[in-house]
Amino acid sequence: MASLPPIDVPTGATGKGSFDAPATGEPDAVRFDYLLRLGDDSLILGQRLGEWCGHGPVLEVDISLANLALDLVGQATLLLDEAGANDELGGDKLAFHRDVLDFRNCLLVEQPNGDFARTMARHLLYTTWQHMLFQRLTQSNDRFLVEFASKAVKEVAYHRELSSEWVVRLGDGTEESARRMAEGIDWNWRFMPELFEVDDALQSLIDRGVAPDARGFEGEYRSAIASVLAEAKLAQPADQRPILGGRRGHHSEHLGHLLAVMQFLPRTYPDATW
Amino acid sequence: MSHDWPLWEVFVRTKGGLAHRHFGSVHAPDAELALRHARDTYTRRMEGVSLWVVPSAEIVASDPDQAGELFEPAESKIYRHPTFYDIPDEVKHI
Repeated sequence: MASLPPIDVPTGATGKGSFDAPATGEPDAVRFDYLLRLGDDSLILGQRLGEWCGHGPVLEVDISLANLALDLVGQATLLLDEAGANDELGGDKLAFHRDVLDFRNCLLVEQPNGDFARTMARHLLYTTWQHMLFQRLTQSNDRFLVEFASKAVKEVAYHRELSSEWVVRLGDGTEESARRMAEGIDWNWRFMPELFEVDDALQSLIDRGVAPDARGFEGEYRSAIASVLAEAKLAQPADQRPILGGRRGHHSEHLGHLLAVMQFLPRTYPDATW
Repeated sequence: MSHDWPLWEVFVRTKGGLAHRHFGSVHAPDAELALRHARDTYTRRMEGVSLWVVPSAEIVASDPDQAGELFEPAESKIYRHPTFYDIPDEVKHI
């Protein structure tokens, strides 16, 4: 039997998970960082929503919040597994064995739940952005991100619709629900500008056609939020001094407490399996 | 909170071509959220392709006290069952 010609493996190609990575021999640190940003956003927001489990205002809402949380943890699993594809432990190591300064999520998703209205305000502000981002991510020239976004964009569309409906109902509800909803929007508003921040690392991915430029849909985002708030009969908060830094690891004090709960088990019992 | 919300009956079509079947009920403040709650409660494991929700108060039910007169007369009339025919294997969902 004639033997097949040898296959030339480009120097630096790992053979898994990095189809589009430049085969320069250097790991694609910028893409890795971007996967962490997206993955950590989903992971931390998923963990936050998971904190509602058993504490929802009614049984149906409790189940609904747990479903949203599971969607997000599923997204985080895909993204962090891709980021950790060259490591034996993959995404688990990234999720459970990094400390707070190494997390790259935006500040919005780590904010405490507060009451149900504040949780829905945070979810509306984040998932409206995430939905617009993932729609554009399906046009990325990174094959993994296209496949990921094509699946996740449907989940996120549901999150956006559901949180919009709750914001409208609470805002246009009783005197108390309107007050709580306004406070929830107000609390989270200062963390919204960070979603549109572009640093050098992100700019290089935008230039490479890997990441969408969120600044391109900031106007669309603001008018989408304004129309939900108008339907909810809520005033749009004045822009406050934006709080930035999550993408560089400068987090609020809340993230450490979240990680302490989330990471406790695998760190205390490293051999635990399930 | 939930006792302020009306009850809705949930019907799920498990796949194309089948009829919607009663699955259970949810509390919700209005029809749109009743659909959301039904989706999250009853179709999270791929149980369905279509949902109906109906206000429980709109269901007209037979009176259990009349069960005797309504249903017992049928018990002695087995000839109404199509059990004397062979059903071809190709016929599904009977």
